[in-house]
Amino acid sequence: MDMILVPVVNMTPILPEIFLSVLAMALLLINVFSPGGNKSYLAYFSFFGIVAAAVLVGAGWGGHIESFGGSVVLDNFATFFKITFLVAAGLTVLISDKYMEREECNHGELYPLILFSVVGMMLMASGTDLMTIFLGLEVMSVALYVLAGFNRANKKSNEAGLKYFLLGAFSTGFMLYGMALIYGATGTTRLYKIAVIVGQMTLPSANIMLVAGMLLMMTGFAFKIAAAPFHMWTPDVYEGAPTPMTAFMSAGPKAAGFAALLRLFLVALPTLQVEWSQVLWVLAVLTMTVGNITALRQDNIKRVLAYSSIAHAGYALVGFAAGNGTGTAGILFYMLSYAFMNIGAFAIIILVAKKGETNGNVSDFAGFGFKRPLLAVVMTIFLFSLAGMPPTAGFIGKFYLFSGAIQKGYIWLAIIGVLNSAASVYYYLRITVYMYMKEPTEDFDWVQVTPSIALALVIAVAGSLIPGIVPSYILQYAQMAVKLM
Amino acid sequence: MSNVLSLTTFLPILGVLLLLFLPKDSKGVLRNVTLAVTVVTFLVSLLILTGFQTNAEFQFVENVPWIAAGPFIMRYNIGIDGISLWLVILTTFIMPIAVLSTFTAVEEKVKEYMICLLLLETGMLGAFISLDLFLFYIFWEVMLIPMYFMIGIWGGKNKIYAAVKFFIYTMVGSLLMLVALVFLYFKGMQAGMQDFSLLNFFALKLDLGTQIWLFLAFAFAFAIKVPMFPLHTWLPDAHTEAPTAGSVILAAVLLKMGTYGYVRFAIPLFPEAAHQFAPLIATLAVIGILYAALVAMVQEDVKKLVAYSSVAHLGFVMLGVFAFNVEGISGGMLQMINHGISTGALFLIVGFIYERRHTRLITDFGGLSKQMPIFATIFMIVTFSSVGLPGTNGFVGEFLILLGAFESQLRWWTIIATSGVILSAVYMLWVFQRVMFGELDNPKNQKLLDLNAREIAIMVPLLVMIFFMGLYPKPFIDKMDPAIKKLVAQVRVASVNAQVIPAAAVQMQMPAAGQPTGMPQMPEGHPGGAMPAGHTAVEAAPAPHAAPAVNPHGAK
Repeated sequence: MDMILVPVVNMTPILPEIFLSVLAMALLLINVFSPGGNKSYLAYFSFFGIVAAAVLVGAGWGGHIESFGGSVVLDNFATFFKITFLVAAGLTVLISDKYMEREECNHGELYPLILFSVVGMMLMASGTDLMTIFLGLEVMSVALYVLAGFNRANKKSNEAGLKYFLLGAFSTGFMLYGMALIYGATGTTRLYKIAVIVGQMTLPSANIMLVAGMLLMMTGFAFKIAAAPFHMWTPDVYEGAPTPMTAFMSAGPKAAGFAALLRLFLVALPTLQVEWSQVLWVLAVLTMTVGNITALRQDNIKRVLAYSSIAHAGYALVGFAAGNGTGTAGILFYMLSYAFMNIGAFAIIILVAKKGETNGNVSDFAGFGFKRPLLAVVMTIFLFSLAGMPPTAGFIGKFYLFSGAIQKGYIWLAIIGVLNSAASVYYYLRITVYMYMKEPTEDFDWVQVTPSIALALVIAVAGSLIPGIVPSYILQYAQMAVKLM
Repeated sequence: MSNVLSLTTFLPILGVLLLLFLPKDSKGVLRNVTLAVTVVTFLVSLLILTGFQTNAEFQFVENVPWIAAGPFIMRYNIGIDGISLWLVILTTFIMPIAVLSTFTAVEEKVKEYMICLLLLETGMLGAFISLDLFLFYIFWEVMLIPMYFMIGIWGGKNKIYAAVKFFIYTMVGSLLMLVALVFLYFKGMQAGMQDFSLLNFFALKLDLGTQIWLFLAFAFAFAIKVPMFPLHTWLPDAHTEAPTAGSVILAAVLLKMGTYGYVRFAIPLFPEAAHQFAPLIATLAVIGILYAALVAMVQEDVKKLVAYSSVAHLGFVMLGVFAFNVEGISGGMLQMINHGISTGALFLIVGFIYERRHTRLITDFGGLSKQMPIFATIFMIVTFSSVGLPGTNGFVGEFLILLGAFESQLRWWTIIATSGVILSAVYMLWVFQRVMFGELDNPKNQKLLDLNAREIAIMVPLLVMIFFMGLYPKPFIDKMDPAIKKLVAQVRVASVNAQVIPAAAVQMQMPAAGQPTGMPQMPEGHPGGAMPAGHTAVEAAPAPHAAPAVNPHGAK
């Protein structure tokens, strides 16, 4: 009988990544060879590409394929997160077109860059080797640095890009140093092997090199997910970056950071769970509290959502600190829901703002509720979902995150979490107060809903409401995803 | 007809869908459609009333899976017993009245207003019928949103402050309750339970320490909603700023969520802790009664006065509920309905004069009875009901509460609380005197029109209920009695060190209060039903009941 030659490298696990990379390069070429002017068709190409990639990713559900010598894996965990990234990217592409045209920075490179950063995120979710995770992180980050500063003519956008780049590079240094220390302590970069070696140590928590490596990596990721006290870049970058990119950055990279962090800690360092769980406990409390309290005082709506996005990272860290099935599945569910509701809210902000990002204050929404009732109801749905009111996805997500903490016995963490959630209600309500309870000062006649934004809003509303009313399926998928990791 | 409960609850949502397709400028159509929807809901809810079997079991139960993921299983589990039955009926009864009251009061954004009203109705009904703790929590929270918008959009000049305060106060309490709820669930899971079903949790034995923490979390959430002193400060703001229909619903139904929460959840789930905290809660209730009465007395704004009177009335309800005996809890439940009717009516009355004069200051009025005789008569009847004059509904509830509490460990609290009855007479009659009697010297008041047909039509059902419940409360008490007896047994069995009056002592006292005639179907030794039935024989005669309790009304 003939020997069947098994190829050394199985490409299946990274098929969607390859597809998206090729698409991105093709779009770059198309952009170069097509004359200037309307670039909308690139947005549609990217959107359909993302949908196709999502189908490819979805087809991999239920499998478990390792490849590249165990440095990349295709499992449910990766699949769930990849869908989340693709949702974020798809919605971002849909809301970008109009904004870029209005701000006169409608350069075709935007869409390939979004696609490249998604490829990076997908590698982070699939990576089972410190090197793969790091590569994914860099592919994602470099594209994002450019996206943050994409509006070249705008000073604030430039500032955002540079700030993001400098602080991002700085945090990458921490992360890389942490990875090096872990390699030093264990002699491998493969997550599964690290787990075995750490498991054989007599007292791993006394291994200074290992613990320092873990903490440094945590610091690096804390930058990426905007956890306090490493959150300082967030408000400025979120405010300065073009609004669709802010939407994207608040949903995509945050989810990717959690994906990598979850796999790193749950797969490679479960023996140290007592230790990292305590650190995350503190980080979660700090992040929620700092995010919410500072958000209370903001007037610029992008800054409100920027600080609130810090707080949301804190809620997710509550589930992470719990580290059990309920809490971690809660993170997966929450990141997906957050992509819908947050990008949805940013879509409305894009519609209400005028050229040059004027009309960016909360007070500019005065009277919006009765001038444009449908859009205001949609915004209200996003805001209540962000605030965690039933029956929205935001509520179910928080419910599972906090329940994870309670199940683990972290009652106080859950109590601090819900009190934070109550405080956050104030600044979300404030936007509804302006929309519905103040007299309009303008007639909002410049607010024009293009078909692509309409599509984005429909998807986002469905994604914020339906999982709030019938959450079983998505929750079950999330739980399958964390179980089989 | 098995899902008549769901039908009642979600009919208003169907109404919302209908409203969405109506043009926003045709205000008349919007109003009439909303009215029709609420009336149909009320009629459908009467099917619940007629189909209700007088026993202690939950009826009209629907129980289907809803969410199943991870450690949690939530079910769409609904049903009613005698305790929730009347609150459901009260809600569906008050809604058409509230809608009718907005016909001229709300001229702007009518469509949105009506949508809020209908969403609110579904939220309230849902909370009363939920037998799944998670489902209850969802409805409990959902209720907040339409009420928030009603106060915030159609409220007075301080509306935003009041709306946000209302929302955040309630939210803080309910989120802590959510933590307790989840904690309770995990406790139940350790004991082998698999879902959020309330009935399972009743059987769960918790140690006292756990009970105390969980009770505190639940009690805090409900105390904010009741509201109990010192958590009541959101209420006067919300009431004063809310539009009339909002105030009516807030007073008539929303506040009952708090007291209902104690009766349905906090007390039976954590009976031993409830006994531990009874003195504290009774103290707060009594402080609330006296403090709110005193504050009400010095109010210049009629609506604020009524709002404070709400705090006092609900203090009585709490006192009755924490007596843990059949009389006290029956009285508390009855007083919830009474308060819904009489305070709802008071807010409508305030709304009527506000619509005419756009002021609510007592000093702006005086001598209105000459100009508005019908209005004066109605106002007087409602005032009597609110004060608890025998013959009106308010008397029956207050009397039972005081009787029950006096017979319980809360005797001294009751004695002090009784003075609150006198105080309520003082401030209510005083405001009535200042507004209705005296010289009609303000020229703006001299052209006031009396109530029109629509306004009278709004008040008539309430007046009928005031007298019906005052003279013949038996059907109300009978329907709730088995459920309350079961609750009392539940609380009593679980309590070890509570000083509960033996049932025999209560039964011995009751026949002395006047045995009813011509009511053969009434079970023997039926303290709840036996007492008020005496009213049918001697109309509005307090005499048989004057003996056991202090009766301040005799003094008037």
